[in-house]
Amino acid sequence: MNQLTNRSKVVVHKEMNWIEKLYLPAIFQGLIITIKHLFKKKATLRYPEVTRPFAPVYRGMHVLKRDEQGRENCTACGLCAVSCPAEAITMDAAERKKGEEMLYREEKYAAKYEINMLRCIYCGLCEEACPKDAIYLTDRIVPSDYNRNNFVFGKDVLVEPIDQRIDISKRKKDYSIVN
Amino acid sequence: MESTILFYLLSAMSVISALFVVFSRSPIYSVLSLIVCFFTIAGHYIMLNAQFLAIIHIIVYAGAIMVLMLFTVMLLNLNQEVSVHKFNLTKLMAVFTGGLLFLVIVASVKSSTLANYQAPAYLNIGNAEDIGMKLFTDYLLPFEISSVLFVSAMISAVLLAKKEIK
Amino acid sequence: MEIILFKTILVLVLFLISLGIAAYSTYAERKVAAFLQDRIGPDRAGPFGLLQPIADGVKMFLKEEIIPNHSNRWLFILGPCIFMLTALMTSAVIPWGLPLEFDGTKYALQVADINIGVLYIMGVLSVGVYGIMIGGWASNNKYALLGAIRASSQMISYELAMGMSIISILLISDGSLSLSHIVESQKGMNWNVFYQPLGFLIFLICAFAEANRTPFDLPESESELIGGYHTEYSSMKLGLFLFAEYINMFISSTVISCLYFGGYQFPGLAYLSAHLPANVVSIISIGALFTKVFFFIFFFMWVRWTIPRFRYDQLMRLGWQVLLPLSIANMLITGGVITFFNL
Repeated sequence: MNQLTNRSKVVVHKEMNWIEKLYLPAIFQGLIITIKHLFKKKATLRYPEVTRPFAPVYRGMHVLKRDEQGRENCTACGLCAVSCPAEAITMDAAERKKGEEMLYREEKYAAKYEINMLRCIYCGLCEEACPKDAIYLTDRIVPSDYNRNNFVFGKDVLVEPIDQRIDISKRKKDYSIVN
Repeated sequence: MESTILFYLLSAMSVISALFVVFSRSPIYSVLSLIVCFFTIAGHYIMLNAQFLAIIHIIVYAGAIMVLMLFTVMLLNLNQEVSVHKFNLTKLMAVFTGGLLFLVIVASVKSSTLANYQAPAYLNIGNAEDIGMKLFTDYLLPFEISSVLFVSAMISAVLLAKKEIK
Repeated sequence: MEIILFKTILVLVLFLISLGIAAYSTYAERKVAAFLQDRIGPDRAGPFGLLQPIADGVKMFLKEEIIPNHSNRWLFILGPCIFMLTALMTSAVIPWGLPLEFDGTKYALQVADINIGVLYIMGVLSVGVYGIMIGGWASNNKYALLGAIRASSQMISYELAMGMSIISILLISDGSLSLSHIVESQKGMNWNVFYQPLGFLIFLICAFAEANRTPFDLPESESELIGGYHTEYSSMKLGLFLFAEYINMFISSTVISCLYFGGYQFPGLAYLSAHLPANVVSIISIGALFTKVFFFIFFFMWVRWTIPRFRYDQLMRLGWQVLLPLSIANMLITGGVITFFNL
């Protein structure tokens, strides 16, 4: 059998000699091992002050993007909802009225757009399905809550504010397989 | 003066706790009050300047034997609801043996005279060195015989525990 | 009258020190555990998490007090009280350092220098089981009862070997049972551990068992008995149990230091006491004792986070079939050597 690491040891059930039966050398060895760990580098990150670096492909909380003029990209085509394996996305479409051109880029827009964060499995298929570059998964972590209802995120949470754009440049990189 | 008050206090406590041992319906309370009784007796030892005896009394009786008693009572789960019905013959025999013991005590108290009692002049009766000296010189034979008794008790306990291995 | 005042102050100080060390032992335990496992441990309450024991204490006090319906109410309350009481009582006979001097009068740093000091500690230890037993039984819970029974049988078993190894100590220190005498007989580096290495080992193992520490923490083994004898306890009554255990650990470390490592003695003490004022030397000697005590407290924790728990039959076999015969042999050999060489 192939060994995965070089640390594996073959178990032998041989009779112990009397020094081994005392167990004291073994206990002493164990104590030495633990005391060595006293001086090792600690694995803990002090979380709120220090955060672990995220991978560029990390999939966290969703964002509904706006374009350069601050208009919502989403056209409520429903492809994201169809592609969602967890069926976490629901939306209502509405037609853009006169005078709303500065709010919505397309003639149809999502009047209601909800993601149930408890159902979502953060697979990123919605992002791949979106033809309008509207939905992206970001490296933000979904905040915790005491109430289940608060986990159904509506447009008020999902759409990025105009003055605080969410940076998704890392996600926009082409990571599709090149043949 | 203080020692007199202390003596009466300790005596009252030991008598009350001893009575409670007998009259308590729950075996657990009996055992616990017996422990209290042992502690008050240890207090008496200390007042007699016999600290060694007192502490040995606590270690052996309160610390080991009573723990075993408590152990047994707890394991058997003898609550007052399930107290075993005692047969009339058992009650009769208990009264008989208790009466005999009472008779002996009455007789011995009656025959003894406290009028010419003199406290021993040597007061360090309870020190470890003195007890050791006494045990290994004046009272060597009883000491050794009692140790033989303990050995026999130990052997019989081992025999009882090993019964199934023939 | 002054001596009574001094003793009262000493008792109060000892009480506070015991509680303080127990409180910070909980903190130290978590820190040591964390460090041995490459973690950091509590570091949020105060600098380096130093206020953590206070936070824990406040938490304990504010928790809901629950007395189970079918428990025996008075015994349920009595259990932790006895355990705490016996844990605190032991420190009375320990010599904490050289005497302090005020106005030319010497005040011994020992609450009661009774001539049966060692036996007193044994006695109080053996009474301490009642706290666990009564608490465990009164909970009316089978896990608690099992924990209580384990605790009591374990303590009785290991007390024997412990007593035997103490007898060897008494043999080499002129047969005195007074702890202050035993400490004084270990002047300089003349520590008993060098004459009684086997006895020390037996005593150490028994101390682990008596203090219910891993690898002998079967009475409260979380994985099998939920919490053992304190399963049903909550709030400060649970706190008393846990606290008393840490006090027991502190006292065990102190007794080990006094019996085998010369207590407050250290090499060069004679030189210092000839050249420095008495009070300064006294404080240094207290420091020496506490250094040893802290090392042993650390050792207790170190072992806890290294060695897994025994199985119960292994524990009993170790106590009765290994430690007891070994300690008796140790005692016989010690006595034989002393008689043979007329030491």
